[in-house]
Amino acid sequence: MEAIGDAPDRSLFERVGKDRAGMEAIERPNLTYWQDAWRRLKANRMAVFALCVVGLYVVMAVVGPWMTSYSYTATDAKATDALPSAEHWFGTDMLGRDLWSRVWMGARTSLMIGFVATLLNTLVGGLIGGVAGYYGGAVDMVLMRVVDVLYGIPYIIVAILMMVVMEPGMGSLIVAMVVTRWIGMARFVRGEVMRVKESDFVAAARVLGASDATILVRHIMPNLMGLIITNTMMAIPNAIFTEAFLSFIGLGIQPPECSWGLLAREGSQTLSIYPLKLFFPAFFISTTMLALNLLGDGLRDALDPRLRGE
Amino acid sequence: MGRYILKRILISLATLLVLVTVVFALVRLMPGDPFSSEKMTPQVRQNLERYYGFDKPVLEQYLTYMGRLVRGDLGYSMKYANVTVNEIIAKAFPYSADLGLRALAIAVSVGLTLGVVSALNRKKPIDAVCVVVAIIGTSIPDFIMGYVLQYFFGIRWGLLPIAQYKGFAYTILPSVGLGFYTLALVSRLMRSSMLEVVQQDYVKTARAKGASRFRIVRKHMIRNAILPIVTVLGPITASVLTGTFVIESIFAIPGMGKFYVSSVQSLDYTLVLGMTVFFGAFLVTANLIVDVLYGIVDPRIRVARG
Repeated sequence: MEAIGDAPDRSLFERVGKDRAGMEAIERPNLTYWQDAWRRLKANRMAVFALCVVGLYVVMAVVGPWMTSYSYTATDAKATDALPSAEHWFGTDMLGRDLWSRVWMGARTSLMIGFVATLLNTLVGGLIGGVAGYYGGAVDMVLMRVVDVLYGIPYIIVAILMMVVMEPGMGSLIVAMVVTRWIGMARFVRGEVMRVKESDFVAAARVLGASDATILVRHIMPNLMGLIITNTMMAIPNAIFTEAFLSFIGLGIQPPECSWGLLAREGSQTLSIYPLKLFFPAFFISTTMLALNLLGDGLRDALDPRLRGE
Repeated sequence: MGRYILKRILISLATLLVLVTVVFALVRLMPGDPFSSEKMTPQVRQNLERYYGFDKPVLEQYLTYMGRLVRGDLGYSMKYANVTVNEIIAKAFPYSADLGLRALAIAVSVGLTLGVVSALNRKKPIDAVCVVVAIIGTSIPDFIMGYVLQYFFGIRWGLLPIAQYKGFAYTILPSVGLGFYTLALVSRLMRSSMLEVVQQDYVKTARAKGASRFRIVRKHMIRNAILPIVTVLGPITASVLTGTFVIESIFAIPGMGKFYVSSVQSLDYTLVLGMTVFFGAFLVTANLIVDVLYGIVDPRIRVARG
């Protein structure tokens, strides 16, 4: 067979070699997972808008009641059922209490319950689910049977009965919600921990002699943080709804304290004459849930691009 | 398959047992009692307590209750004299069932349609409208929805009756109010499920074989996309059921939900217990049916849950 050609004349070429320093050079700033997620969230206009709305409500819940000179419990027999005016910005209720300060005091209660109850849920459910998923075996077996059985119980019924048994108020609402809602989070975290614990980095950590606690806290949990945060975020509107529901049927916050659910209950009693009294709490409950839902969607897309929704 | 169903039935029975026990304990822990009133004399109270068995130890009361329960006897109401819980449920349940079924029918039919239309017209104005409806629908609590409908259609425009339940016109507002959240949820799920199916190879195959667009959508896409909806039927039933608690109060419908809330507030022990057991059994059965149904529809589940 004929040779394809002579060997190339090496002198014509200059050996470049590997630019070892250049190869490893980092062109763009190094973003951590969280910076990256924040960047993605900022690009989502809906989510940013939702974040602003939630932020505004939280700020107003703190400063709103102080912006007017009327206390949220002070009654005024001369100005009952007033329409919005320069004096009472949202009008007054049937006892002449200023609705502006009541709405924002209600925001304090409703938002506080929504955030605190959901956070506690995540802690309790996460801990139980994490331990069960990580250790497996008998612990997991027992837990999963318990979860199987409890999962079928309608939580709202148990929450209703617990609210009757306990002194009504913010604390009881939170307790009732955590007791009835931790199961979902436990199931979710268990599944995720079981998935991640088979990963190579966990095996590596174990080979290096890391303790179980270290592996769970330093290696597994940070990897699940995004998912857990997303799930927690999505559960907040649910908690706000549950508070509103229970207060609405008269089993939650009791007057003279107030929450959005209770204000809706009070407003609904005079709906045909003073629809505005229902409008304000209804508007704030719905827009809060809307904003939190949008923010939850945005967070899901930002924290886990693989699950990016449409 | 037989083993799978048997296992689900056993879990359901355990759930019911736990539910009855927990509710029994909670009801006994409630402060106050159903007999407190200004006219009550100690003698009458004692007789009443003996009549309802409150003078016996709690454990014995519990066992007596469970014994009767097994025979389907839920006992007498404590607030409505001489009326059994069974009678109250028999009278109230048809209203709730009718309302719930209407709400579900509206939610599923309209929700699925919106989801499909929205997915097929992706990125067009009609899709945006459907998505906005879905997001708003899942953000408005049902009791607020009920009042909004009642205010505008009933009070402001006078188009539809605002209370009671005596004919088709009466059913419209409550069932839409009750079903709206579910409608939004179903349309959201269906939309994303459809969008996923669009990318599947079997859809491309069908298109390559020259099947008509209608045929592809009906036979290949909707049939597969509808599967995930089956899984949420259980939670949906539960949410419609809780919805009746408030919707029935708003529209003055003498159904289970209205009775339940009022019996909790008046501490009618037997009625609370009886209705909770009934709700529990109802939901557990619904979940069981959904589980089995899903096992039949999707064989992979059977293998996984075994």
